[in-house]
Amino acid sequence: MSKPKFAMYWAASCGGCEIAVLNIHEKILDVDANFDVVFWPVAMDAKYKDVEAMEDGSILLTLFNGGIRNDENEHIAHLLRKKSKILVAFGSCACEGCIPGLANFSPINEIVETAFSTISTDNPQGIRPQTSYQMPEGEIHIPTLYPVLRTLDSVVDVDYYMPGCPPESHQIGAVIDLVVQVLQGKAELPPKGATIGAGNSTVCDECKRTRNVKTIKEFSRIQLMHADPELCLLEQGIPCNGVATRSGCDARCPTAGAQCIGCYGPAEGVIDYGARLVSAFASVIDANDPAEIDRILDGLVDPAGQFYRFNLAGSLLKAGKSAFQRSNV
Amino acid sequence: MTQRITIDPITRLEGHGKIEIFLDDDGNVANTYFQIPELRGFERFCVGRPVEEMPLLTNRICGVCPEAHHMAAAKAADAVYHVDVPRTGKMLRELLYSAFYCTDHTTHFYALAGPDFVMGPDAPVAERNILGVIHKVGLEIGGKVIQMRKYGHTVVEMIGGRKVHPCTSIPGGLTKGITEEQRKEIEEMGKWAIEFAHFSLKLFADVVLGNKAYVDLILGDVYTHQTYYMGLVDENNKVNFYDGKVRVVGPDGKEFVKYSPKDYAEHIAEHVEPWTYLKFPYLKKVGWKGFTDGKDSGVYCATPLSRLNAADGMATPRAQEEHDKMYKTLGGKPVHQRLATHWARLIELLYAAERWVELVTDPEITSPNFHAIPTEKPTEGVGIVEAPRGTLTHHYWTDERGVVTKVNLIVGTTNNYAPISMSINKAASSLIKKGTVVTEPLLNMVEMAFRAYDPCFGCATHSLPGQMPLEITIRDAQGNPVQVLKQFVD
Repeated sequence: MSKPKFAMYWAASCGGCEIAVLNIHEKILDVDANFDVVFWPVAMDAKYKDVEAMEDGSILLTLFNGGIRNDENEHIAHLLRKKSKILVAFGSCACEGCIPGLANFSPINEIVETAFSTISTDNPQGIRPQTSYQMPEGEIHIPTLYPVLRTLDSVVDVDYYMPGCPPESHQIGAVIDLVVQVLQGKAELPPKGATIGAGNSTVCDECKRTRNVKTIKEFSRIQLMHADPELCLLEQGIPCNGVATRSGCDARCPTAGAQCIGCYGPAEGVIDYGARLVSAFASVIDANDPAEIDRILDGLVDPAGQFYRFNLAGSLLKAGKSAFQRSNV
Repeated sequence: MTQRITIDPITRLEGHGKIEIFLDDDGNVANTYFQIPELRGFERFCVGRPVEEMPLLTNRICGVCPEAHHMAAAKAADAVYHVDVPRTGKMLRELLYSAFYCTDHTTHFYALAGPDFVMGPDAPVAERNILGVIHKVGLEIGGKVIQMRKYGHTVVEMIGGRKVHPCTSIPGGLTKGITEEQRKEIEEMGKWAIEFAHFSLKLFADVVLGNKAYVDLILGDVYTHQTYYMGLVDENNKVNFYDGKVRVVGPDGKEFVKYSPKDYAEHIAEHVEPWTYLKFPYLKKVGWKGFTDGKDSGVYCATPLSRLNAADGMATPRAQEEHDKMYKTLGGKPVHQRLATHWARLIELLYAAERWVELVTDPEITSPNFHAIPTEKPTEGVGIVEAPRGTLTHHYWTDERGVVTKVNLIVGTTNNYAPISMSINKAASSLIKKGTVVTEPLLNMVEMAFRAYDPCFGCATHSLPGQMPLEITIRDAQGNPVQVLKQFVD
């Protein structure tokens, strides 16, 4: 009997998800033993047209990482959706846009303008990349950038979400174990739409730092103090996002002395990450006087980034979605 | 009738690259275009963010070498705050970075470049990969490569907090130090890394240098360009990955300029072409003269070989010995033959391992003095490190609160965009002539032209077997396929 087929693809991503998968070390052999890897550009050499030639639904499991930044990304998303029984939005970019989703705060022309007018750019004629360009020898093409970065589920139907930037390797290993058990009839798949490879609580619940339910008089910057290594970072005034962020990473950043920046996305049941974080931060502010509250909030120098750092593209704001729909690009 | 050869998509790249080869009426190569289709816009959307987040945000430019962006960003943020990182802080960062270098260079050599030499450029496709290498030289080598990767990532996690996208570098130093227990563990792994580097150099000597055909290939003209070379050097003009000044030597090997990171924009400019999303850096004082080499063209190269060419030597004893051996064998500095980059990379691997042990055995490495609180008003700063694939420059401007107002980035591989394009063109032009039957080994010889640079859009491939698959369609002027050639495509 032939083995079920497995695929992994990167759209607009950094490659960190692929490295996280490689970091499962010997468990990669389980993937090899239980699956026929049919498409994985980082690891093997099948082409788009090989995928096109497959029967619809013939790939059992596809892990799709990266956001949808251009027409090529979207084309492959549709193709893999059609060919896959189970499509997983793998990693923060595919789930909620991740850091590249911060681009949605700016119009696309500004993004291109900025890149091609930096102080080291020698561009007196104001040249901009053209999606098709006539060279003396013939016409050449590059993909069309979309006005906004979109999440995978804004272009195709997604079966499961696996958060993290990147997903922690032990979580990837656990998901692989589960799928292998399902294949052996020893376990069942979670309901469609579920978040997999993560916890159901918050990073705070996994964090070993001491919490005293203390309120704060001001927000601090991590570089402007020597933070106490044992005490809750938020109680020290450092804007740590653990309270709104899904568990599953073992609170890795706070354990290393750095604030949680929210890469595992909204905790279970949280509809809008930013809104939850606003309410959490509000609850630790020790003031009732509006002027005093304003002064304390001024300590958060980048509220938009603080509250929507990883999930702008997938948030309720859906920043840029309407712009996308209006656009003819 | 103009013919056109399209290599698209090139898989096993970070993102997607595309090569267009145009043939003239006679069937010779008329021109080649190497296109990069990606633009994510970090220079725009980092504006408005607190500068201490830059080492976390710019990590996400590349998940394969996030350590390089993390370090360059942290150094730029230090400079923004005019803060001097305590000695222990600097050493911890460089220790993390040295361990990362060992992992990165190892995987490139064994998984990407090694197969061309160990198996041969024209070996059967099925054997010309890491598995073929392991079968030929022994199973235990595969285990060593995996061990080296694990050790490197273990150190990155101990100091950086995470295996991918480290989080501990902040303006003025780090958020944490290491314990004596961790120190001992890191030292043991470092000693093992030195032995592994020696082993790798010996393998290279036996397999490559012991084979006249390979030596001829390295020394031949197909893979040679006479350009300027760039690399970071310490106060003794020795190679350094984490800190120092940027030194550039000319095609004659003489120092052209040595500049402090803050002055980079006086020396580097970026040329724009309308057919790609990536820019082409060049030496401003020489000027952009197109895709051409020689001392009148501002094109420069920033690779392991470039770093060795641009420096007077290595700062550690065993790496210095290997450095001298290479230049003696290849006829002195500078070496223009791009395939020698693989040799230089292994010498850097040994240097990184030696530096790793030097740093971790320093009595101050476990000191709690790893962070200095910035006291000055934040303004503007530049941070430069050597990424494995080239000099990496981050430049930030902030307001008085340390909120970013402007960003400029010149990323490792970008430095080499023009030379890679030239190498592809030269290899294609040398290998594809009127009447040439375009075979798979021939395509691989074209690939070897840019594989030497270890371009970052390919660096994610480091730890897995295989070759870059190419699909080449030769079309007539009407766009009809005349011949389709495939390699590694089922």
